[in-house]
Amino acid sequence: MDRSFFARKSTQQRVARGVAYLVLLAGSAIFIIPFLWMVSSSLKEYERIFEPGLRLIPRHNVTVEIEGRRLQTAWYAPPDGERKRVVILDATAGIAQLAKLEGERLGERFEAPLKQVHEISMVAPQWHNYLDAWRALPFTIFLRNTTIITLAAILGQVLSASVVAYAFARLRWPGRDTLFIVVLATLMLPGQVTMIPVYLIFRELRWIDTLLPLIVPAWLGGGAMFIFLLRQFFLTIPVELEEAARIDGASSAAIFARIMLPLSKPILATIAVFSFIHHWNDFMGPLIYLNSTDKMTLALGLRVFQGTYGSDWHLMMAASTAVLLPVLIIFFFAQKQFVRSIVLTGIKG
Amino acid sequence: MSGATQVIGGVSRRLRRRQAVEGYLFASPWILGFLLFTLGPMIASVWISLHSWNVLTPPTAVGLANYHRALFEDPRFWKSLVNTAYYAFVSVPLGMCWALLVAVLLNQKVRGLAIFRTIFYLPSVVAGVATALVWTLLLNPDFGAVNFILRKIGIASPPGWLLDEKWAMPGLILMSLWGLGNMMIIYLAGLQNVSEELQEAAEIDGAGPLKRFRHVTLPMLTPTIFFNLVMSVIGSFQVFMQTYVMTNGGPNDATLTYVLYLYRNAFEQFKMGYASALAWILFVIILAMTLLIIKSSSLWVYYEGRR
Repeated sequence: MDRSFFARKSTQQRVARGVAYLVLLAGSAIFIIPFLWMVSSSLKEYERIFEPGLRLIPRHNVTVEIEGRRLQTAWYAPPDGERKRVVILDATAGIAQLAKLEGERLGERFEAPLKQVHEISMVAPQWHNYLDAWRALPFTIFLRNTTIITLAAILGQVLSASVVAYAFARLRWPGRDTLFIVVLATLMLPGQVTMIPVYLIFRELRWIDTLLPLIVPAWLGGGAMFIFLLRQFFLTIPVELEEAARIDGASSAAIFARIMLPLSKPILATIAVFSFIHHWNDFMGPLIYLNSTDKMTLALGLRVFQGTYGSDWHLMMAASTAVLLPVLIIFFFAQKQFVRSIVLTGIKG
Repeated sequence: MSGATQVIGGVSRRLRRRQAVEGYLFASPWILGFLLFTLGPMIASVWISLHSWNVLTPPTAVGLANYHRALFEDPRFWKSLVNTAYYAFVSVPLGMCWALLVAVLLNQKVRGLAIFRTIFYLPSVVAGVATALVWTLLLNPDFGAVNFILRKIGIASPPGWLLDEKWAMPGLILMSLWGLGNMMIIYLAGLQNVSEELQEAAEIDGAGPLKRFRHVTLPMLTPTIFFNLVMSVIGSFQVFMQTYVMTNGGPNDATLTYVLYLYRNAFEQFKMGYASALAWILFVIILAMTLLIIKSSSLWVYYEGRR
């Protein structure tokens, strides 16, 4: 169909598109503020967090030390005169006590309405906040634990889900279709129902306060959603490839490893990315299973940080930014996988 | 599927038996996981819910007392259920409309679609303790960005959000609207499946954009809406991390959500029996809601090719 016919047709359409742009721009601005706020707060000085106002650029007040006093420098700008560099000696009830700044010494003192005095500050991102936050708690250990859990769980989920999905997609065995319905049914089961007994099992195994409860389940099936996604994908791979290999005497294991897996790289990557996000952000699992500081994950560590340094917002935002950074990096590199996986779960479900 | 067995006709029985063994072998990780971490625990959970058990001393059988206590003697159970229902029934419809609006706008073949999509999707990728902390700061009544913006647009005394009993839950709902990327992407995919011929046919028949949306796009989108509805109802009834980190259930239990209450019973007070009963009540509630939506779907979900 000729598109230009419709394009020419309506100014109405053009107006609609303009409105769409406006709403989208406003919406994205709102959506991005929390990120900007987080990063900007992470680079501010402690006191600056509590200033009201939407100040995104971290600034530092310029002061001078004269006669043993640290004084705030400012511009005094009377409405009908030249502006002068001054220091603020005192400020009460809208009136500032000022002194001219003459080199290293104080000059003439005078009073002026506070409105005509503008404090001098400079852009000064406090990069050391990151170091301070990182050192306040053993974040390096948290990072190590989170990395171990995340990598081991990704590997477990990808491998075991694809093995299981292959059984459901291509092998013929009694009870297969019934069990597949069971797989789908477990998708609907809220985790809280099994949470307590599973905790008790790990308690019996003496695995509490180890990383194992957060890793081992990933190796046993890898989750119903992933099994489902992989099965759907395997079903789209032409069966002829497999039959040819079977006639040549290949075993199911060989077919799985040499035909199915290499052909499924995109969906495996999608699942890996998904699994990464889940395990990196997971909070309830670590909260239940990990107690001692040297076993904690980043998410749990952030929570402990909040409990210990609750009012040090600049440090908390630095820690939050640092924890989110890997996720953001992965996201920007693997955006396609993300979008595709969401679409898959949505459409096929 | 049966191609292989037909080709090799004679050895088909041996092959079939081998495949059956291989089938169970390949499925065994899931079967094992299902028995150990789903079916077994489900049965155990029923049993535990019929007992009083603090883990340290042996359990004592109490029959249905845990369920009875929750339903008839525990005002905090009801409080947490009402709070969760409030959260779900406000955040789900609001979120579904908001996500649909953004998706429809993105579907207008706007330039820079990829950038907009990234911006709207990003929050749902980073959902975790870090963003919960950021929102605690954003919602701070004195120096948070939200109230700053509200003051700018002329609201002299904006709410106290997480520190105010009345406004804590709306604060959490506001944050939930920020993290709707998943839903939006699913809508967007659904919208892209709406057939262009139908749209164009309607346009030629003289239907304006609103009419086309109401009578063509929306009906075609109902399966997607249905999916999003089920998933977000299930998800919103399990909200936990936000209330644990941001408000710890307060102020005055205003954000004590169901799973938070369950967690406290199980892992802070070690009332395993009572917590298990709570879990099953939650299961029944979620199941009932899901079935209700599925039952109702024949009234409003339109499947192309059916009917």
